Amino acid sequence: MVSAMEIYKLLPNSACKECGFSSCMALAVALLNREKKLEDCPALFDPKYADKLKKLQELLEPLQKASETGLIIHEEKCFGCGNCVVACPVNVAADPTGCAVGQGPKSDRVILVVEDGVVKCLNVKECRRFGPQGTQCNACTATCPSKAIEFV
Amino acid sequence: MAVCTGCSLLCDDIEVALKAGGFDKVKNLCRKGHSHFQTVWGERTGPVVDGQEVSQDQAIERAAEILKDAKRPLLLGWANTSLEAQSVGIDLARKLGATIDDASPFCQGLLMERVLTGKLPTCTLDDVRNFADVSLYWGSDPSNSHPRHLSRFAYYPRGSKRQKSYEEERTMIVVDVRRSSTVELADMFFQVLPGGDADFIAAVTSVLDGKIPKFGDKKRMIELGKLLKKTEFGAVFPGPGLVQSLGGKMDLLDGLLERLNQLVPFKVIPVVGHYNARGFNQLLLDQTGFVNQVSFAGDKPAHGPECSVVEAARSCDACLVIGSDPLSSLPFGTAGALSKLPTIAIDPCRTLTTDAASVVIPSAMYGLEAGGSALRMDGVKVGFEPILETDLPPDEEILRRLLEAV
Repeated sequence: MVSAMEIYKLLPNSACKECGFSSCMALAVALLNREKKLEDCPALFDPKYADKLKKLQELLEPLQKASETGLIIHEEKCFGCGNCVVACPVNVAADPTGCAVGQGPKSDRVILVVEDGVVKCLNVKECRRFGPQGTQCNACTATCPSKAIEFV
Repeated sequence: MAVCTGCSLLCDDIEVALKAGGFDKVKNLCRKGHSHFQTVWGERTGPVVDGQEVSQDQAIERAAEILKDAKRPLLLGWANTSLEAQSVGIDLARKLGATIDDASPFCQGLLMERVLTGKLPTCTLDDVRNFADVSLYWGSDPSNSHPRHLSRFAYYPRGSKRQKSYEEERTMIVVDVRRSSTVELADMFFQVLPGGDADFIAAVTSVLDGKIPKFGDKKRMIELGKLLKKTEFGAVFPGPGLVQSLGGKMDLLDGLLERLNQLVPFKVIPVVGHYNARGFNQLLLDQTGFVNQVSFAGDKPAHGPECSVVEAARSCDACLVIGSDPLSSLPFGTAGALSKLPTIAIDPCRTLTTDAASVVIPSAMYGLEAGGSALRMDGVKVGFEPILETDLPPDEEILRRLLEAV
């Protein structure tokens, strides 16, 4: 997954502060967290930065698919094994007779389900990572054998 | 709820919503199972005799003629069909004086024989989920072959005695020749060279006896020994990698399990691939005393390498293939010999074997279009009901008609 440093290296690094931040590094972090857009950096649209702009657009494109918690699902890599479904602590708490014991979800309050052979994300607001007070839970990504799910 | 017959886990929590000409939504099915379900809408077989399309009845009549005229027929396959069909198939072999075999001699027959005859201790996957604290995958890669193995039973679910599950109470060990997808999730990984499993067994036996192992990283082997000795309930999941590596030296595995079980309970569940591979071995064992390679040519069922597919493919004069695609999966020499025989293929879907067969008899897909039962990889019988309607007969009915006709 893309890092703030990779984004920073492609920014103009002119410290113009037009984005509202005091440094390009701060903007890079904001771009990674999807709090700012590339359009917030007017200097980047100078023709001399055209190559860097193109690279940045390519770099940040996968982030557009991420959920509010930053979860990105690469369906083409998913085995549909359901490890994340069974390991997710929210799924376990919401569905003690289904997900918790290895069966398919029996509750509507679960976050992760396997549909049509690949994992899908539902009820994203229930995720432990949701919102500014969210924790850095990674039970789903750590249990994926194919790196089909990751967080921004 | 439907049952997936895509692999030997026989997942029974599949929710299917149908629409015209396909599935609207299928829940809880892994990618492998999803592909298996999609084959029902894929290339299906039709009744064929010598390349000509005929009616189902004509195909069955011609098949019966071939089997009646044959002096030494071979009935091959069986891993992808129901217990009921397998039972009728064994009756057919007995009536014809035929040789009957599956692909287990190439795969895990040696191991399955030990498990079914009680030489190696075994348990159910539900026991593993409820009690196991150590799961050892040896020469198997369930993340690819049985995607829900870890999430339904072995590592991630919470069992009655394993509420803290993989976070605190379970340990997964993988022994393999390469870094498989399962290794990415393992707590401990031991890489062996191809054919090096015997050395690894010797090293484990050494550390269990308190000696310094001669193989591998001594510190990690001693760490493994300590873990195994502290295990409360262990499960070993050997795959084809281990069986192929040990070959004729399976007694080494017997010895290791015996030694382990002197210290702690360790059970063995073979990670077989096809959904009812264990069922065929079990039925044949119950009826003949042998798990595979049986000939009914004499007064008593005979068993041995001379009754194997390899020998029979060269000595038989007709072949019936069901629930298998031997021309794709068997070694080139054996597949080549089989392709020269007059072959009857009973299969719901087009395969290399149905393309080469003299007679093709289409059948209903078990789990989707036909009901029946099968043995899961741990020996638990799982029943399934059809979820789609079809005019095609199931394997059991086709075999019953052949049994009457011969």
